[in-house]
Amino acid sequence: MTTRQRRMVFVALIVLAAGGAVALALQAFQENLLYFITPSDLLVEKSTAGKSYRLGGMVKQGSVQRAEGSMSMQFVVTDLEHELPVTYTGVVPDLFREGQGVIARGKIVDGTFVAEEVLAKHDEKYMPPEVAEKLKATHGGTLPTNSQASGASSSPPATM
Amino acid sequence: MIVELGHFALVLALCLAAMQSYFGLAGAHTQRAQWMAVARSALVGQFVFTVLAFGILVYAFERSDFSVRYVAMTSSSALPAIYKFTAVWGAHEGSMLLWLLVLALWSVAVAFFTKAMPESFLSRVIAVLGVVSIGVNLFILWTSNPFERLVPAAVDGNDLNPLLQDPGFVMHPPMLYFGYVGMAIPFAFAVAALLEGKLDTVWARSLRPWTNIAWAFLTVGITLGSWWAYYELGWGGWWFWDPVENSSFMPWLVGTALIHSLAVTEKRGLFKSWTLLLSIFAFSLSLLGTFLVRSGVLVSVHSFASDPKRGVFILMLLALCIGGALLLYAWRASRFRSDVGFAMVSRESFLLFNNALLIVATLIVLIGTLFPLFIDALDLPKVSVGEPFYNLMFPLPMLPMLLLLAVGMHAGWKRADLSMVRKPLLIGAVIAVIIGIAIPLTGYGKAPLMTCVGISIAAWLAFSALIEPFNRIRRGHSLSPSVLGMSIAHLGVALFVLGVTIAKSYTADRDTALSPGSTAQLGQYELTFVNVKDVEGPNYTAAEAEVVVKEGGKVIATLHPQKRIYRVQKNPMTESDFLADWNRHISVAMGEPLGREGDTWSMRLQYRPLVRFVWMGALIMALGGIIAVFDKRYRTVAAKQSSPVTAQAAAKQGV
Repeated sequence: MTTRQRRMVFVALIVLAAGGAVALALQAFQENLLYFITPSDLLVEKSTAGKSYRLGGMVKQGSVQRAEGSMSMQFVVTDLEHELPVTYTGVVPDLFREGQGVIARGKIVDGTFVAEEVLAKHDEKYMPPEVAEKLKATHGGTLPTNSQASGASSSPPATM
Repeated sequence: MIVELGHFALVLALCLAAMQSYFGLAGAHTQRAQWMAVARSALVGQFVFTVLAFGILVYAFERSDFSVRYVAMTSSSALPAIYKFTAVWGAHEGSMLLWLLVLALWSVAVAFFTKAMPESFLSRVIAVLGVVSIGVNLFILWTSNPFERLVPAAVDGNDLNPLLQDPGFVMHPPMLYFGYVGMAIPFAFAVAALLEGKLDTVWARSLRPWTNIAWAFLTVGITLGSWWAYYELGWGGWWFWDPVENSSFMPWLVGTALIHSLAVTEKRGLFKSWTLLLSIFAFSLSLLGTFLVRSGVLVSVHSFASDPKRGVFILMLLALCIGGALLLYAWRASRFRSDVGFAMVSRESFLLFNNALLIVATLIVLIGTLFPLFIDALDLPKVSVGEPFYNLMFPLPMLPMLLLLAVGMHAGWKRADLSMVRKPLLIGAVIAVIIGIAIPLTGYGKAPLMTCVGISIAAWLAFSALIEPFNRIRRGHSLSPSVLGMSIAHLGVALFVLGVTIAKSYTADRDTALSPGSTAQLGQYELTFVNVKDVEGPNYTAAEAEVVVKEGGKVIATLHPQKRIYRVQKNPMTESDFLADWNRHISVAMGEPLGREGDTWSMRLQYRPLVRFVWMGALIMALGGIIAVFDKRYRTVAAKQSSPVTAQAAAKQGV
């Protein structure tokens, strides 16, 4: 092959491959995107059947219930405006606590969020920014004192 | 007082970096040997003062000087000595200082151990590295000064994040940084070559060892991070496609492409502008990673504290580096033409495909990482791109690449004659398919299609990687470090693929409630919870469970997972315990007490077959990269100018 042909083949390859990748990526996006919601967002959500979500908010004080010796638990996630009951079976992360930020991945069944996975973040002062933002938006900028806004005293891991 | 000296040393390092850049560039431009010598001395000075600044920070940590804000934030007097040391890079400020230190180390190494390039070229390399140093140093002084005082001093520190009090964390960040920052060298070489308007075989040959070393560090760093996340976070996974993981993985992918493209540039004088572009992109992605992690736009384990000032600064640095380099590229790249051709079936072609597929893989990761950020910026409903996306997309470019790799290793330059290896490769493929079906059926009882495909590819690849060394040894030929390194790295790829396939296919997880004396079934294993008791650690108290693992009625291990409460930060921490054999991991993590008496616990039980191969494979890849550095031709203290004769002679030697 001459230099010119080779370069054309190369460019064509890159364009084809990149184009194909983008097309497939968009397709995969459609199917695998997880939307982040708060209990308030649910009120305007038309159809929730069968869709997966990431639910964010705070675990309501005094709402965590667990039957003696059972792995199943219920708690309420709140964005201080609206609430949503959540059920979950399994081990919750170390920092799952009442009054703390939480993100749950799951589906909505009959008005209850059935979580497949529960995440709490690795710092007790930390609240997912998405939650903080929503709370700020719905709550006129005041935030619960035991969350948020203490970035300076948290100790972030440094790895990249 | 000594702390202020550290701050002062950092400022001096900044000034010297400025001299290093100015005299490096101006000296090379005007061909004044004295100026170039000044740049070199300034680099040494910059290095010395950066080491001094870092040393003083270490000293402040060893002394537990809580009048320093950063020390008070990340250390405590009860912290074990080794973690007092690693706490130096336990948070943002110190880790940026480590970044700068590593850059200074690399700069000095390159300046003094690159023998084959003319002084004016090296002078430009030194200058470009100096510019990067200036950027990072300014960033530290302006937004993240680790020497800032705390008035009044704290009585005791805030302690190091318990997650980071772990041997894995001792090595993970330095290794990763050596890799990340090492990508500055191809970048500096590329910019210097663009400035000189000249790029030859000697250029590529001088750059290859550095790229290999940086890439190997990056590989080891990512591997350590994966291993650390696996057993310290206890989520049972070794890769989460977390944006922060991705931001170290993207430079790795481009770095891998660069290593292969450099081979073509060295041997055949081809792909020149492509190699330059990859060099620029590898470092750009390193900087992008730094931006993503440090600006707080990403939410992950790695980045909590966010400061918009920091993000904006790194973004500016990023725009300046990438923008400047790309402009230079657009202006100068047309000079780097090559007029030699190659046949469709040749090593060049295979490496071309390798590069194209690696770039596609990088794009996939890039899209997945940045898409949620774009959506967020547009104020659309927040979304996240999770594992399913990557699990679906990433194998698409990787599977064809692995197949091409198995054949491409044997292709010669220019025009390949594959008839010599056709027979062994075909026999190997048949054996590989048999292995791919036999292992799942005999070892694990079921054989899903993709599992068989994965194992077959791994087996074929391993077989193919061994053909060349085997043939050379059989014929009594010598085995050069280049060939050996390549074969070993590709064997690493095979082991990695095998580990990933089996660990993904036959993993077992169970969350269950256990009370003393009760037993849970996990695959073919029985796990019995014996008891739980309280234990005391240096800076934590813990509940420790005893769990006996049995296989076929025989005890194979007794595990002691812990639930720790660190005294200073009051956070609970799960310390899982592992049965770690070469071919399987069984882990137990404690959840929380469920009963009122506190002796029934929720527990997470996990079985991960062959997961060790994932890390081993990656480490073997890195080993291959290092071995190749010892090839004789990299050591030749050749003439300062490349002669076409030596270039051709090198091309004849094979890889």
